[in-house]
Amino acid sequence: MSSDIGTSRGKRLERRAPVAARHQGRALAVLLLGPITMVGGLIWAVAQPYRIAFLYPNGKGLYDYLVQPPLLVALVGFVFMVWIAPGLAEDLELEDDGPES
Amino acid sequence: MVPRAEIAHWLAASILLLLGLIVLSEAIVGTEVFRRRPWRAYLWPALALAGGIGLWVVAIFSTFSTMHLLAHAVWAEVTMIAAGVQLAVARGRLTSHRWSSVSAAALLVSGIAFLIHEQNPWFYSRSAFLHHAIGWTCLVAGVFPLLQALQPRRTVWSLGFGLSFIALAVLLYADRDFASIFGRFGEVAGR
Repeated sequence: MSSDIGTSRGKRLERRAPVAARHQGRALAVLLLGPITMVGGLIWAVAQPYRIAFLYPNGKGLYDYLVQPPLLVALVGFVFMVWIAPGLAEDLELEDDGPES
Repeated sequence: MVPRAEIAHWLAASILLLLGLIVLSEAIVGTEVFRRRPWRAYLWPALALAGGIGLWVVAIFSTFSTMHLLAHAVWAEVTMIAAGVQLAVARGRLTSHRWSSVSAAALLVSGIAFLIHEQNPWFYSRSAFLHHAIGWTCLVAGVFPLLQALQPRRTVWSLGFGLSFIALAVLLYADRDFASIFGRFGEVAGR
């Protein structure tokens, strides 16, 4: 009896392994979206430093300091990385640990 | 003190970029996991609604040109309609997948507004080039929610929808008030 339970549980775990691997891949993809966006912003800042008002302050006004495109890209990536991605990865993990069926 | 047009466009690009990342992440993890925390379901409709309000503000300040006023008002209106419908979907008031065709219609109208209100040919200037590019990108982007309405289980349409917003963000970030199509005017750019 107990060996039957062990066998069926083993089969269930076997069946769930590829799903868990797929979920891990998805979690990694979601967790990478923010950092990739931030790196994109930083690369843009290096490629076009004149779009950063802090580096080229001549003739720049308040709005130029508030809205600097490469920094905005990095900020969006940061917001996504901190605020949205961790919860999604957690929920994907919960999906793996959920009730066996 | 009204900010320059390019400043508003870069802010809009940031909203679109975040919107794109949210839609993309939903496509990656799947709608079921994405909506496990109810507030996440409201994220992109709420962001689109905020964008619509921002577009109305821009429309109010677009007093220099009737055509720009009308174009921004059209974008504001269709954005808010699409956002409202998606809020109702998130709330559970609307249940059919077919409602994503409203987003498709919004993008179609937005694209047409972009193409019609730009009076100059593609290579006239950076601004003209981007109007054409964004207009056609909107038209292509509109295909994805339409296909989502027809085949809601296909992840590829959701991925395409998310990537469209990122493409639109890149184009808007590239906007300058005064610049050649490629490159810049040096120190006088954007003054």
